[in-house]
Amino acid sequence: MPPEVSATNVHTLDLGAMSLRAVNAELQSRNGTGERYHYRVVNPHGAHALACGLDAALEVEIAGNTGYYCAGMNKQAHVEVKGTVGTGVAENMMSGRVHVHGNASQSAGATAHGGLLVIDGDAGARCGISLKGADIVVKGSVGHMSMFMAQAGRLVVLGDAGEALGDSLYEARIYVRGSVKSLGADCVEKEMRSEHMAELEDLLARAGCRGVSPSEFRRYGSARQLYNFKIDNLDAY
Amino acid sequence: MCGIVGLYLKNPELDARLGRLFVPMLVEMTDRGPDSAGFAIYHDAAQPGRAKVTAFHPDPGFDWPGAAAAAERAVGQAVEARVADTHCVLESGADPAALAEALEAQDQRLQVVSVGELIEIYKEVGTPECVAKRFRLEEMTGSHIIGHTRMATESAVTTAGSHPFSTGRDLCLVHNGSLSNHNNLRAWLSAHRGIRFRTENDTEVGAAYITSRLAEGRSLHEALEDCLGALDGFYTFVAGTRDGFAVLRDPIACKPAVLAETEDYVAFASEYRALARLPGIDGARVWEPEPATVYSWGGRKHAA
Repeated sequence: MPPEVSATNVHTLDLGAMSLRAVNAELQSRNGTGERYHYRVVNPHGAHALACGLDAALEVEIAGNTGYYCAGMNKQAHVEVKGTVGTGVAENMMSGRVHVHGNASQSAGATAHGGLLVIDGDAGARCGISLKGADIVVKGSVGHMSMFMAQAGRLVVLGDAGEALGDSLYEARIYVRGSVKSLGADCVEKEMRSEHMAELEDLLARAGCRGVSPSEFRRYGSARQLYNFKIDNLDAY
Repeated sequence: MCGIVGLYLKNPELDARLGRLFVPMLVEMTDRGPDSAGFAIYHDAAQPGRAKVTAFHPDPGFDWPGAAAAAERAVGQAVEARVADTHCVLESGADPAALAEALEAQDQRLQVVSVGELIEIYKEVGTPECVAKRFRLEEMTGSHIIGHTRMATESAVTTAGSHPFSTGRDLCLVHNGSLSNHNNLRAWLSAHRGIRFRTENDTEVGAAYITSRLAEGRSLHEALEDCLGALDGFYTFVAGTRDGFAVLRDPIACKPAVLAETEDYVAFASEYRALARLPGIDGARVWEPEPATVYSWGGRKHAA
């Protein structure tokens, strides 16, 4: 559930006046407190590692473009970036939600274990690399080597995917509406069964995609020839 | 590491502010390249029929007027010299190659860094802020500029090893990455295209390759496309010509890059934070250039 927001607990943090360290320390000061604060970060000016390591039900709005590793290691918090993000947005996210209004650079959502990453624009190369359970919805296109060695979780792409999609994939699932330039080693197209339609419909709804039908997508997954797959272990993913 | 920044003005009304807009971009990339910095700026067109040669000498007390006078005698034409710290811009109606040769013949440590109607290259050892101050970059005007902040890994921290590199008229290249087939290509370009190399640097080979393609009639856009087949290694390139600006990343695209475009300008940087202070950046289209894809802009007109 999103945190409750009232006018009395909205705090503005100005990176034009405060250091990055001070802004992150203020955001992280709520970790483990159970407080539901709403922060607005202004003048980010492309700062790296902004809003990282949060572990509280915060609502964080970033008014502008950010640099590398924005909202990395996020837990619980809802981080909304009203701009673009650099390399590694929401890398190693554990839970919560990160929403990027603009484009994302490389390695968006890398190694993320949980939560939802939504990118309204395009994502660069290696989106969802080594994904470990999070969900990523990209409303534009993704670059080459996306979902490389992804182990668990889902990637939904409303646009196109670049070269070598899903190379060396484990048990993560990929849904692409547009074209796929090429599939990586051991990644194959798979049948869209009813359970996939249902999970895709849910993901699209959670990402706020309107007027998009799950039937427009193709599903891709692992051929399970590159790693030692045992059906008994399926629950581990 | 290393940082790259570039600014190409589409709106000539901004020309007067080029230096002021660019200094914060270059300085912001200090973390990526603190040991030396340089820039190629396109401005102050030479008089018709003349060309500018930019040269540097590591000794700040070097006798540039004396060198210009000696060069004048050697080429048999008037040479106007304008000194800026360790660099000097020499303008003449003489053949610029002959002028460059006459200058370099005088002192082994004197090195010509650019030749053209519009281009001037300035580069030095030191932090980007110090380098910008030494050459009074903030006061410079012009249509486009490409800069580099260096963290040397493969060769010594010297002015000659700093970027940008130029091997052709009004052409410059900055590079983040490393080329792996530069030795073979250098030998081939020397033997078959008669290009003279001044350093052991891989980027100079990239610049020379682009020069050779331009000489064969290829456009800047096409010459960069040719790089994809000829060059092996890691690279993010930003190249400038007298009226053009282009960006290319290798097919793996490990080296960072971000582009921003508004109606007034195109800006490139290794990291977005270098672009964050540009006017109108919040409304700009900001994106990561795709691998193995040439982006180019051109057609900038210059005041005569």
